[in-house]
Amino acid sequence: MNARAVQTPPIAMLPEPAVIVAKRSFGPEIHAYRLRLLDPTARPRFDFLPGQFNMVYAPGVGEVAISISSDPDEEDLEHTIRIVGRTTRVIDDLEAGDVVGLRGPYGNGWPLRESRFKDLLVVTGGLGCAPVTGAIEYVFRRRASFGHVTILHGVKKAADLVHHSRFEAWRREPNTTVLLTADQPDRAWRDRSGVVTELFEEVEIDAGRTVVLMCGPEVMMHYAIRHLRGRGVPDDRVFLSLERNMKCAVGLCGHCQLGPAFVCKDGPIFPLAKVERFFGVPGL
Amino acid sequence: MSDASWGGVTQPSPGHPEAPPAQWLPRAQLQGLLDALLTRGYRVLAPVVRDAALHFDELKSVAELPVGWRDEQGPGRYRLAHTDASHVFGVVHGPGGIKRHVFAPREPLLQIEMDGPGQGFRAQAVIPAPPRTALLGVRGCDLAGLAMQDRIFLHDRFPDPHYAARRAGLLLIAVGCTRAVATCFCASMGTGPAPSGHYDVALTEVEDGFIAHTGSDAGRDLLAALALARAGAAMLGREREAYASCAGSMQRSLPREALRDLLYENLSHPRFDAVAARCLSCANCTMVCPTCFCHDVRDEPSLDGASSLRVRDWDSCFNPEHAQVHGLNFRPHVRERYRQWLVHKLASWVDQFGASGCVGCGRCISWCPVGIDLTEEVAAIAAAPGARS
Repeated sequence: MNARAVQTPPIAMLPEPAVIVAKRSFGPEIHAYRLRLLDPTARPRFDFLPGQFNMVYAPGVGEVAISISSDPDEEDLEHTIRIVGRTTRVIDDLEAGDVVGLRGPYGNGWPLRESRFKDLLVVTGGLGCAPVTGAIEYVFRRRASFGHVTILHGVKKAADLVHHSRFEAWRREPNTTVLLTADQPDRAWRDRSGVVTELFEEVEIDAGRTVVLMCGPEVMMHYAIRHLRGRGVPDDRVFLSLERNMKCAVGLCGHCQLGPAFVCKDGPIFPLAKVERFFGVPGL
Repeated sequence: MSDASWGGVTQPSPGHPEAPPAQWLPRAQLQGLLDALLTRGYRVLAPVVRDAALHFDELKSVAELPVGWRDEQGPGRYRLAHTDASHVFGVVHGPGGIKRHVFAPREPLLQIEMDGPGQGFRAQAVIPAPPRTALLGVRGCDLAGLAMQDRIFLHDRFPDPHYAARRAGLLLIAVGCTRAVATCFCASMGTGPAPSGHYDVALTEVEDGFIAHTGSDAGRDLLAALALARAGAAMLGREREAYASCAGSMQRSLPREALRDLLYENLSHPRFDAVAARCLSCANCTMVCPTCFCHDVRDEPSLDGASSLRVRDWDSCFNPEHAQVHGLNFRPHVRERYRQWLVHKLASWVDQFGASGCVGCGRCISWCPVGIDLTEEVAAIAAAPGARS
């Protein structure tokens, strides 16, 4: 056996320092951080597609997998982060001028280039839906390249609609339908009430030319899939962004498996046809 | 690194007509083989008895080898006994195997130096520099486990430099099994009892010595130093019989065909409830498995916050945190964790890495504190396919 020491630098695993150039808050729990790599020559390695994610590193604390919410053509990278755990609580305290680490991008993106001139149906639920907001912004920046855009978004309470201004702006886009619903609406809520899948009754879907992008609680996606199948949308045009525990992001640590898929490297976005056998099986 | 350097290459099994001529290593010359390794600068790791079990530890003299020892294994049972037999490699295996010497239980990945609070940092890879190592006494199941770990850590999209540094330069001296314990089922998995896959030298222990086969230039070079005689045809005949008899003595087996689909189609089988009622979710099965690769990745900051060490530690799909994300656990129940382990090992592994994750060593059966036997679980599902809980 030959005794060659392998000196491959593990570029894929090295966090790259990036400074926070701006921080915008959407409520107390969600902040969008605009990040600039300290070494600008590293930026081409971070070229990404909407839907891909980086591992965001709070120095000395740990890493979290966060999707990239900026536009691929922008120099700065934006991550919209919800404060939910040990690492993100540290990130919560960081302000403009502080440094974090980034490695990535990992995973695949939404099939946006492949969906040009098609209708898009975006179904989201819950607080953040960060993986899909970047895709929506991407589409509206290239509005002429896409057909009708329908956005269905459900929240539990009105206060959960953290991207309210964004939805209002999207409503004003041409050839666009935006429908919002709250599970537990309060008096000030002026949109629909109920769960997001009830909105399907109100929208027209041209099954032959629609691509569906979904992100949110799996139970929501599960019911949405039923509706979509009922409307004749083929499984290979329905794309789901899935969430699992990610520690390495390169398909080695084993935590993010769903059946045969490593969500970090085979996803996080899957055509329904690919995961159908496993998606929706409780506890998989 | 090329595929030909490890993994990927299947050597002819001992006794195969295309194998290079086998040689005869008298038992008295085993120390000569060890000396040849030590002279060449190898650290030699070999099976020794410690803490009432077999472990791969550093070997300086063949006197430390477990001569006359035998293992008795069964579901939830492992016992060593000393006998009058003169066999050096009479113990089939212990809990550890060789995995820990390549995929280390704890591996520093990065050293990160902080420039100051809120300021930049510099991250550098920590690549291990182990001594040149020879593993002596590697069983067929463990060779197959190593080949599978090579596939996982070296031949994927992001080859792992830490594993690669430990793997490069490993010299493998296999010992085939002429005796099986009750939990063995390598014959049904195609990984033994004769060593298969890559080795440098493979030995078959018979009454007063070893039939030695070479599988690489390094192995041929090593044996050339001992000036051994060729093994005769009669001896090779005895070797073939010994392997056939060992394979025939195995009491357990797993079906290799259709197992993947059987498990995929039975994710809701009530047998998973039944096994969950017995499983302690202790993770022993994953710790002794030659192919399990799950690991945690985390930072260990220094007390003054000036630096941080990124490390990985073995993890297990039986740990509740394994599938935990903020506020949500995808596998909260033992039933789901056992299912993940079994279905991954025997089914989704095939999709991910082209072969089953089980090498048939049976360690997960012996080292399970309650004696859960995966061959029995699979048989129960196969006997009532389609049942749903």
